[in-house]
Amino acid sequence: MSDGSLTSHGPSTDHGSRLRMTSKSVQQVDRVVIRFAGDSGDGMQLTGDRFTSETAAIGNDLATLPNYPAEIRAPQGTIPGVSSFQLHFADHHVLTPGDAPDVLVAMNPAALKANMADMPRGSTIIVNTDEFTKRNLAKVGYAESPVADGSLESWHVHALPLTSMTVQALAEFDALTKKDKERAKNMFALGLLSWLYNRSTTGTEAFLHKKFGANPDILQANLKALRSGWNYGETTEDFAVSYVVNPAEMSPGTYRNVTGNAATAYGMAAGALRTGRPLALGSYPITPASDILHVLSGLKQLGVTTMQAEDEIAGIGMALGAAFAGAIALTTTSGPGLALKSETIGLAISLELPLVIVDVQRGGPSTGLPTKTEQADLLQAMFGRNGEAPCVVLAPQSPVDCFDMSVESIRLATKYMTPVILLTDGYLANGSEPWLVPQVDDLPDLTVHLATKLNGTDAAGNKVFHPFLRDPETLARPWAVPGTPELEHRIGGIEKADVTGAISYDPDNHDHMTRLRAAKIDGIAKDIPALEVEDPSGEADVLVLGWGSTYGPVAAAVRAVRNGGGKVARAHLRHLNPFPANTGEVLKRYSHVIVPEMNSGQLALLLRAKYLVDIDSYTSVRGLPFSTVELADVLGRAVGVTTAEKETTR
Amino acid sequence: MTAVDLETPRLGYADVPRLADGEKLTRKDFTSDMEARWCPGCGDYAILSTVQGMLPDLGLKRENVVFVSGIGCSSRFPYYVETYGMHSIHGRAPAIATGIATTRSDLSVWVVTGDGDALSIGGNHLIHALRRNVNLKILLFNNRIYGLTKGQYSPTSEQGKITKSSPMGSVDHPFNPVSLALGADATFVARSTDTDRAHLSSILKAAADHRGTAFVEIYQNCLIFNDGAFVAVKDREQQQERAVWLTDGQPVAVGPEGNRRVLVRDAAGHVAYVPEAEADPTRVVVHDEHAEDPGQAFAISRLDDAEMSTVPLGIFRNVSRPTYDDGVRAQIATATGRLGHEAGSDDLRKVLLGNDTWTVG
Repeated sequence: MSDGSLTSHGPSTDHGSRLRMTSKSVQQVDRVVIRFAGDSGDGMQLTGDRFTSETAAIGNDLATLPNYPAEIRAPQGTIPGVSSFQLHFADHHVLTPGDAPDVLVAMNPAALKANMADMPRGSTIIVNTDEFTKRNLAKVGYAESPVADGSLESWHVHALPLTSMTVQALAEFDALTKKDKERAKNMFALGLLSWLYNRSTTGTEAFLHKKFGANPDILQANLKALRSGWNYGETTEDFAVSYVVNPAEMSPGTYRNVTGNAATAYGMAAGALRTGRPLALGSYPITPASDILHVLSGLKQLGVTTMQAEDEIAGIGMALGAAFAGAIALTTTSGPGLALKSETIGLAISLELPLVIVDVQRGGPSTGLPTKTEQADLLQAMFGRNGEAPCVVLAPQSPVDCFDMSVESIRLATKYMTPVILLTDGYLANGSEPWLVPQVDDLPDLTVHLATKLNGTDAAGNKVFHPFLRDPETLARPWAVPGTPELEHRIGGIEKADVTGAISYDPDNHDHMTRLRAAKIDGIAKDIPALEVEDPSGEADVLVLGWGSTYGPVAAAVRAVRNGGGKVARAHLRHLNPFPANTGEVLKRYSHVIVPEMNSGQLALLLRAKYLVDIDSYTSVRGLPFSTVELADVLGRAVGVTTAEKETTR
Repeated sequence: MTAVDLETPRLGYADVPRLADGEKLTRKDFTSDMEARWCPGCGDYAILSTVQGMLPDLGLKRENVVFVSGIGCSSRFPYYVETYGMHSIHGRAPAIATGIATTRSDLSVWVVTGDGDALSIGGNHLIHALRRNVNLKILLFNNRIYGLTKGQYSPTSEQGKITKSSPMGSVDHPFNPVSLALGADATFVARSTDTDRAHLSSILKAAADHRGTAFVEIYQNCLIFNDGAFVAVKDREQQQERAVWLTDGQPVAVGPEGNRRVLVRDAAGHVAYVPEAEADPTRVVVHDEHAEDPGQAFAISRLDDAEMSTVPLGIFRNVSRPTYDDGVRAQIATATGRLGHEAGSDDLRKVLLGNDTWTVG
């Protein structure tokens, strides 16, 4: 946080009408990273969400990263029970949720201890001292309170009794228990942070009205706690200045903040609407994919059918049945669920029916790290089926891109009559960013043309329907749905004869069909955008190639390296099968190709095998996205420049 | 409200387009050009023929009938019926059929499965289809053996059965499919045999009429690996002694005239057969397929012992309960009804915008 400072005694931004005035000095900064951390029952995700919403309303660009334990309520006060929410907001384009927080709000000693390693010296730490009891300190192995023993003297520490100040502020609420009052401490903290960064609290007030409307005491207490936190910032001498971050330059239009999971659900609904066919989801709840099921279950007014199945296999089975019946079929899951669905995906490949499978990747193998992110299902998506069973594999690059790639997955599934696996991940699913809400009529026209007529003749010269007669351009077979007169036909998982679809065990036919199914998928390369390389210098010898959710950290690292004078080219893959047609040509143009991945080098393996090029594979499987600093260091070393220790700004 | 009335029992194919008056299809119209390839003498041929003979009686448009199967000998069935069909993967047909039936009320959806397919690998999907009461007709061909994999014991094989995979006798305790279906809260449960065309046909027709999941267990002879498994109840003479023909409103009884035994319930609630002459008329069990409480139907299903000394055949249970697919469609109809028009771009745009937007420029 640097930049010029200015003093204001009035509304600090254009949004002043929505803000109360601060009489303290106001400093302008260009970017801030805040992390709210507390016990998993402390409401940190909600606090972060609300702060994000107010920040978006101001017009800052932003990105968020929730980080929470797999347990709903892990043992109170312990490190495994810490839940946090990080928000990066700026007056310029934001690519990641940020590496190192400028401000940490630690609601208890566990939250402090769990996050301390990420806090650069000189950054700000707000701790709730009420929770720094002997018992709580001992739980996480602090012999003495770090707030009192001088170990935090290199940081700006605000040691505040947030719980007792909240309880005190709510003294008048006789009907509420002490516990009820204590529970509002997250609103007090939010109020304080809102003052510190000159955020409005209007939206949060409206939110509280909606949430607690039925319970006036709780509502009023939360509102009071929120205002008390704001007022505390304004009056206490502990905070001398507050900060503003000006709106970022963004394309004109209407925006909202959206998570990757919500964007995926919306993209599927939008894609289906553009096909003219209803959307049908079969799904079994699994972290971190369940929110897609939740969102789509709430879109019945758009004609969306959601079926919560008895297991993962039934989830995709229901979807496949819906596809046979003519719906835009979708199933959503995470890694272990994809493993269970593999046999049905193979069937869908054999039947050549359109089906979209969303895999929100999480740490594996097995149950792994259910709430953490990873990109280690790429090879499972590519090859995790018996037999030669190619299908389309796509990966969005950001939370917002989940929308576009969902539409793309429906486009390819219906145009080519194939399953499409969409690989998002926990980072994209739960992370959020501002979204320029698209005009529906600007989305591609995906109108589906079902088969209605007989398309061939049999040996006796009778007109017949051939379910596997292919479109010469796309190699797709016709989609003839039950209810269509004369087109009655049977399909199944047994190998079928080309054109007629009759059962066939003929060796040559099987060889032919295997190659046809592969050629159909490979041919899609002609129908997707070329791999674009971004190299402002035009002289780079080093290419960094990302895929899926590494987009943000890679782009931010490239920005940092270029700011340091380094020449590096950058490209990004969103289509993993098939690859864009020019991929091999791009790779061969550079003497050094670096592929960072959150796995053990799965894309690198594919690229080496397919294009016979050397790949410098840089990998990490910590359940967390790459940090910008880490990647900037890797790229910097490759191009011979030293990057700043801290994340560079723009 | 556009939502369907869930209270009135409707026919299973109430929403399926019907043939015009005077139009009638025949068995031949439901016979595909694919030659059936079961072993000569397989009970599946008889069932296929009965099904193809019964389908025209429903008066439905052929293109609105769908057969779905899993894996096993019985699962080749859809290939031989001239309707829409899918031969899917092992055990999953009830899930796939649920997707079809839920998204399309205008289809009559049939599942053909076997004892291994439905009760072993697909057991989970079967019980969940039954409890949901999806509007499906599930025909379970029970031959008490794995046929397609050449003769291993199945989940309905009797304990002690010697097979290739159980040379010293199977130690597995078998399922009684009817008891299982009743336990899963199935609304229509019946049993018939492959070769009794008249009985099977009437059961299939009742299953088609039922709105909800109709579960029909069909005793089917596997000539190659388990021949004669049901001879005790199919052989005319033995049948007279052992078959318990369930008839709604009639006493549950077994045995030929003159040697009839009727089922009675004692004070403790236990049921047992006693000679008709000795039975206390107030204690005789009268079959009530429409009873809400499945308890009596379950008790009757337990009379089918390993020795097949008595075997109930017919409809065990036939009650009305809202179906899953009607419920799903009703909610969508309610939501779209609130909209007042078919959802379009504007409605989607409203969803995409959500409740918290801001404008730039």
